[in-house]
Amino acid sequence: MEDREAVLFKPMEKTGRGFYLVVSILGLILAWAAFAYSRQLAIGLDVTGLNRPVYWGLYITNFVFFIGISHAGTLVSAILRVFGAEWRRPITRAAEAITVFALVLGTGNIMIDMGRPDRLLNILRYGRFQSPLVWDVVSLSIYLTASLTYLYLPLIPDLAILRDRPSLPRWRQWLYTKLSLGWTGTEVQKHRLERLIGIMAVLIIPIAVSVHTVVSWVFAMTVQPMWHSTIFGPYFVIGAIFSGIATLIIVMAILRRSFKLYSYITDQHFSNLGLLLLVFAFLWAYFTFSEYLTEFYGNEPAGMRVLFAKLTEEFSPLFWAMWLFNFVVPFVMLSNRRTRTVRGTILTSILINIGMWLERYNIVVPTLTRPRLPSPVSSYLPTWTEWSVLLGSFALFAMLYVVFSKVFPIISIWEVREGGEIAARQAPGVHAAEAAAD
Amino acid sequence: MPRWGMVIDLDRCVACQACTAACRAENNVAFAGPEDTELGRAIFWHEVLSEVSGEYPNVRGTFIPRPCMHCENPPCVRVCPVGATYQDEEGLVLQRYERCIGCRYCMVACPYAVRYFNWRDPQWVESLNNYRNPDVPIRPKGIVEKCTFCSHRLPVPACNQACPGNARFFGDLEDPDSVVSQLARGPRAFRLLEDLGTEPKVYYLREGA
Repeated sequence: MEDREAVLFKPMEKTGRGFYLVVSILGLILAWAAFAYSRQLAIGLDVTGLNRPVYWGLYITNFVFFIGISHAGTLVSAILRVFGAEWRRPITRAAEAITVFALVLGTGNIMIDMGRPDRLLNILRYGRFQSPLVWDVVSLSIYLTASLTYLYLPLIPDLAILRDRPSLPRWRQWLYTKLSLGWTGTEVQKHRLERLIGIMAVLIIPIAVSVHTVVSWVFAMTVQPMWHSTIFGPYFVIGAIFSGIATLIIVMAILRRSFKLYSYITDQHFSNLGLLLLVFAFLWAYFTFSEYLTEFYGNEPAGMRVLFAKLTEEFSPLFWAMWLFNFVVPFVMLSNRRTRTVRGTILTSILINIGMWLERYNIVVPTLTRPRLPSPVSSYLPTWTEWSVLLGSFALFAMLYVVFSKVFPIISIWEVREGGEIAARQAPGVHAAEAAAD
Repeated sequence: MPRWGMVIDLDRCVACQACTAACRAENNVAFAGPEDTELGRAIFWHEVLSEVSGEYPNVRGTFIPRPCMHCENPPCVRVCPVGATYQDEEGLVLQRYERCIGCRYCMVACPYAVRYFNWRDPQWVESLNNYRNPDVPIRPKGIVEKCTFCSHRLPVPACNQACPGNARFFGDLEDPDSVVSQLARGPRAFRLLEDLGTEPKVYYLREGA
């Protein structure tokens, strides 16, 4: 047992060259993005490709995309916990961390989009509850608080384990002592923690659903063509979970490789999540098809202009790429056992994330390019500033993740111990995976 | 309390754009410059929309002068998260420049696209630097601005005063005897995108009737 666990402590105890290399590359990207953003602060949103009538672009796309990704944690750790799926144990922490960091990035992007970020607190001073943006602020704050709590609670026993390991530097031991809140692992403590985690797992599901519903309502509450749709709430939630699972698979693959976690993150995990992904690919296709067929059949001029902008005009490459990545590829790759390999699932997940980003873009931008009244300019080309912020967002996400997994165990040690027998039963398949990867 | 409204007679309008020019001067509207105008960043509180339909030789051009509609039921006011956009007691849809956070949700929600964003610090051509209207505040970068129906000089908006064809009328829609009320009740009167339920207070009189 101790032998097998050594690999879980290693990232926190030893810092290799790889860590410094990754951190410096990410640091450079972040510095570049910070430069681009500070230039935007100084000059104004003039440095973006935004205009009239395309008032929203890449930043809002990123906002919706990252909030979507944040649903990974909720799905895996909360839904699977509530349903008692044992295989979730080694990947819950990784998923919960995605939730928290993606939320930070999502809210960050909406602040970057603001013309006057210095007036952010006006939302608290003058907030009016009839604005869907204020619904967003409320449900996002609740979600961030809840998911931080939900990340922290199952971390407590692990922090106590780390506190008791003498090999770590002084300041880290001090940190773990403070954060573990005097956890000694008594029956009473365990009982209380399980209860709290159980309550949070149930609570966080409706909160997560509300968050992405409200994000969709920012669009759906307006009367703009192809935004004013009643299925946007569930449609966005489905898309969010879809891209959330895909992100979790990518993160799992990176963690497994860089920390040699083959005996914890097994092929079975990729296969199970791959199947879930397939289910959500179907759900996504169903919602998308319903949405577009309804718009097409109704034949309303304003809606038709937006629809054909996507189907056959300038957005058609992005629109059909979205269908390819979100439905055709997952359908072909994941429904066939021979292609639903670890590598196949990872590749599909990467394409799904690109596809889901395109989906957000295809919702935000085309509608704005086709206003009801005649308008002289109606195109949008993001500038290098916006691309830099997008790149910086991914870099910050990775940076938060790298630092987190340096200081905290990315696999929940006590939860895996608790589910020890199940892990033991899966062990034969593990060695095969290790051999294949080496 | 008056309910301010405007009527524009499309039969009398010659699309000279004097209204647009007068509006810019009156309201200290900044210059975007050729590059930004090309990109769609120019600010026009008032604009003359043009649309060409049909194929040669049966071509038809339509011109529609377009101030803010000052909707009775304004979608922009509903979505503003901080109350920077509001409707005053006389029915005008106005903007609190010092409160706006620049999220542009109001612009996205307005079906008439009458709202404008300050993509950068306001600029004017050199020769106009000494001709700012002291009655109208200068708007900084990062916030949204729009037509106010010239709330600082009611009841004579600059666009109406400048119109050489007497195509524009302004007054109290609440008063049944006012010119605007009478015209708005007439058979030629219509409003833009009426079916959206926004209840605009700008009426147009149909052409060629």
